[in-house]
Amino acid sequence: MKKTVAFTMNGQQISIEVDPSRSLLWVLRYDLGLTGTKYGCGEGLCGACTVIIDHKAVRACTLQVKEVAGKRLTTIEGLARNGDLHPVQKAFVEHDALQCGYCTPGMIMNVYGLLLNNPHPSRSQIIESMDGNLCRCGAHQRILAAIESAAQQMGGAQR
Amino acid sequence: MKNDEVESQSIYAESLAADFSEKPAAPAPGLPLDRRQFLELLGGGILISVSSRYLQAIPQREGGGGPGQRLPEDFNAFLRIGEDGQVTGYTGKIEMGQGVVTSLAQMLAEELSVPLESVDMVMGDTDLCPWDMGTFGSMSTRFFGPALRAAAAEAKAVLIELAAEKLQLSKDRLRAQAGVVYEEGGQKKVTYAALANGQKILRHVKGAAEMNPSQFTIMGKPTLRKDALEKVTGKAKFAGDIREPGMLYARILRPPAHGAKTTEVDVSAARAVPGVQVVQDGDLVAVLHEVPDVADQALASITAQAERAAANVDDKTIFDHLLKMAPKGETLAQGGNLAEGQSAAKQITERTYLNSYVAHATIETHAALAKIEGDKATIWASTQTPFALKEQAAALLGVPAQSVRVIVPFVGGGFGGKSASQQALEAARLAKLTGKPVQVVRTRAEEFFYDTFRPAAIVKIKAGITDAGLIAFWDYGVYFAGARGAQQFYNIPHHRTVAYSSGWNGGTGVHPFATGPWRAPGNNTNTFARESHIDALAVQAGADPIEFRLRNLKDERMVRVLQTAADKFGWKPAKAPSGRGYGVACGVDAGSYVAHIAEIALDRASGRVQVKRVVCVQEMGLCVNPEGAKLQVEGAITMGLGYALTEEVQFTGGEIHNQNFDSYELPRFSWTPVIETVIIDAPQSPAQGGGEPAIICMGGLLANAVFDSTGARLLQLPMTPERIKAAIAKL
Repeated sequence: MKKTVAFTMNGQQISIEVDPSRSLLWVLRYDLGLTGTKYGCGEGLCGACTVIIDHKAVRACTLQVKEVAGKRLTTIEGLARNGDLHPVQKAFVEHDALQCGYCTPGMIMNVYGLLLNNPHPSRSQIIESMDGNLCRCGAHQRILAAIESAAQQMGGAQR
Repeated sequence: MKNDEVESQSIYAESLAADFSEKPAAPAPGLPLDRRQFLELLGGGILISVSSRYLQAIPQREGGGGPGQRLPEDFNAFLRIGEDGQVTGYTGKIEMGQGVVTSLAQMLAEELSVPLESVDMVMGDTDLCPWDMGTFGSMSTRFFGPALRAAAAEAKAVLIELAAEKLQLSKDRLRAQAGVVYEEGGQKKVTYAALANGQKILRHVKGAAEMNPSQFTIMGKPTLRKDALEKVTGKAKFAGDIREPGMLYARILRPPAHGAKTTEVDVSAARAVPGVQVVQDGDLVAVLHEVPDVADQALASITAQAERAAANVDDKTIFDHLLKMAPKGETLAQGGNLAEGQSAAKQITERTYLNSYVAHATIETHAALAKIEGDKATIWASTQTPFALKEQAAALLGVPAQSVRVIVPFVGGGFGGKSASQQALEAARLAKLTGKPVQVVRTRAEEFFYDTFRPAAIVKIKAGITDAGLIAFWDYGVYFAGARGAQQFYNIPHHRTVAYSSGWNGGTGVHPFATGPWRAPGNNTNTFARESHIDALAVQAGADPIEFRLRNLKDERMVRVLQTAADKFGWKPAKAPSGRGYGVACGVDAGSYVAHIAEIALDRASGRVQVKRVVCVQEMGLCVNPEGAKLQVEGAITMGLGYALTEEVQFTGGEIHNQNFDSYELPRFSWTPVIETVIIDAPQSPAQGGGEPAIICMGGLLANAVFDSTGARLLQLPMTPERIKAAIAKL
């Protein structure tokens, strides 16, 4: 049964007609055409579908679309503003902190969520926060360096 | 052919033979894109006809397929200079993280003398790119690279000739730089873009030489990835991200186990789901919908019965089964006389090493979208072998190969696992049956089920040392891992290396499911066994493991990487087990030499290993992108932690028990060691492989570190906490 679900999506108010029990991940990828959020495991075990809902990093594959109603959702497509990369994105580029790039949007959104809540994370807090995000290519060492560099550069700011 | 090329061919004949011992499913004889079609596809822009001495060598080295399956002789196939000066490079290779999107662009930019930023690569599009056997075996830089460089070098020579005519100067007075041909010491100049000027020019130039490494300004310089901006913004498209109007998303009924036969299927409930289309075509039962989650619901509503084949083997009994199934051995190398070696030996060590099945587990599952319009089929697929897929899809659809275009967007990891393209053939079949574009994206459970696992394998080694601590003999047999990396490189007078099944497929009745190439196929198992055994011999000799290796080595490249690694690590000689948790291993893969030294911390109570530090030294000949090479080394080391410590496929007969990442543990951030990489640049030697070599040492490296920490010798990978605890308990 379709219903109207309204939320803020990458800074814009939207409302969509959708079965509210449908998976947020597939609604993003197919109904809204936001393919930067990836499918990796479907059970919240890999982090490839990480998005931000009200300042918190969550796994889109484990949520129903109704759970985002009235909330603010940010996907990887909403992170750069006016063509300017977010410092976390910039740090990933500058550190070559990716290979195949499939896990990268989820990684970056997870870091973004971490820094929103903890602008000055320690190395062990970073590792703890990132441990549920899987990368098969093995870019881990560079991703950790990129996160530390971005956090330092942001100096507590959100951007 | 240059002398160094000849030399490289002979040195690495062994590793090449192993590379190609089994190619991905051999495509039917194909039809190359003819020159006219290619010109049509290119449209405007300057066309440069060049030739290269490298051409003759490449098809043979890349194994060749049927007739016409070789790199085109027309070198327009490799590059185009646009009217705006932008350069497009064309390659049948695909980008799956290994970074050739950057290193191939560096080669093209260097030889053509244009800025790196002005080069774009078009990759893995069978209508636009020259034929390619597939992206595997660390061959892109080694074998496609020289052809691309030659094409670019001759293109530059043609442009200089054209400029000479335009400027009415002798070409000897002209130089090319940054896309401009200019008069040396004078005022006259003309851009490549101006030379193009909408014309199509065909010209042939002979004898254009590639640059000498001393002239390089782009190659050999650490260069950041060219694809990073797309990948950090979510704009990079993977096969599952492609959308076509009217497309349907398919979910396919799968058997519960390999070898199971579906007997009864009831799809009535699925038919009742609004918007769902059900397809039943022989063995294929699929449900299709505009969105995957509704297709999922429909699939879940199908009831099916299956008859399973008897499960006569599982992950515990597989090794006995494999030994029973072993075919006749093939001697890969031998020298001296083993009986003589045995009598010369003071101490003899005989051991059997085991290695479980391992999954590729790329984060992107296999995905494809197929669209059929009239007599033309277009397939977007995550595959390492677009040209093979083109042939297979044509055969499946009953159309000529020219009617099929395969486009490979970015691939989300491959490691050999995307050499086969079953998902794309399913999409093509369903597109034909439904008349609509159809997308197939495997679920994670399907990805584990249909993975072509790295084969379980056994290595038996008997070897001995003399009073002087020299290796007297080496008798080596590898079962089912494959021949790559089996040959030892130590200075041993009496030796024999035998492969029982030299490839990764095993043959009928051997493996209960598909097996296939997995990053540096065969070499991980072989290097684990060899380097573990060398360490055991060092212990018998009462020698430090690095000193023992150096004592028994003559190969200068190996001596160099090993000594460099010891220096970088700050190695202090000691006999193992020293209690320090230090391990060492070395090997050769895809023409590159690697030596690793690690430090681990081992918790005896839990059996858990934390790898603290890994030093890797790699000598890979000419290194096109040192930053990209380091990234590959780091990736290989991190990925290799998995097969060394946790990764193991669990199964009963044809039923795969691992369905997701909760039961198959990949390396995580909390495992990440400090990785220090040294690339020994050898710019005057031909470029060797970079994507695979650094993973081969990880099993032996960590097994030796576990021994050094505890005195317990682990003979089976992965070294799970249970196996480590059991080995310690036996001490």
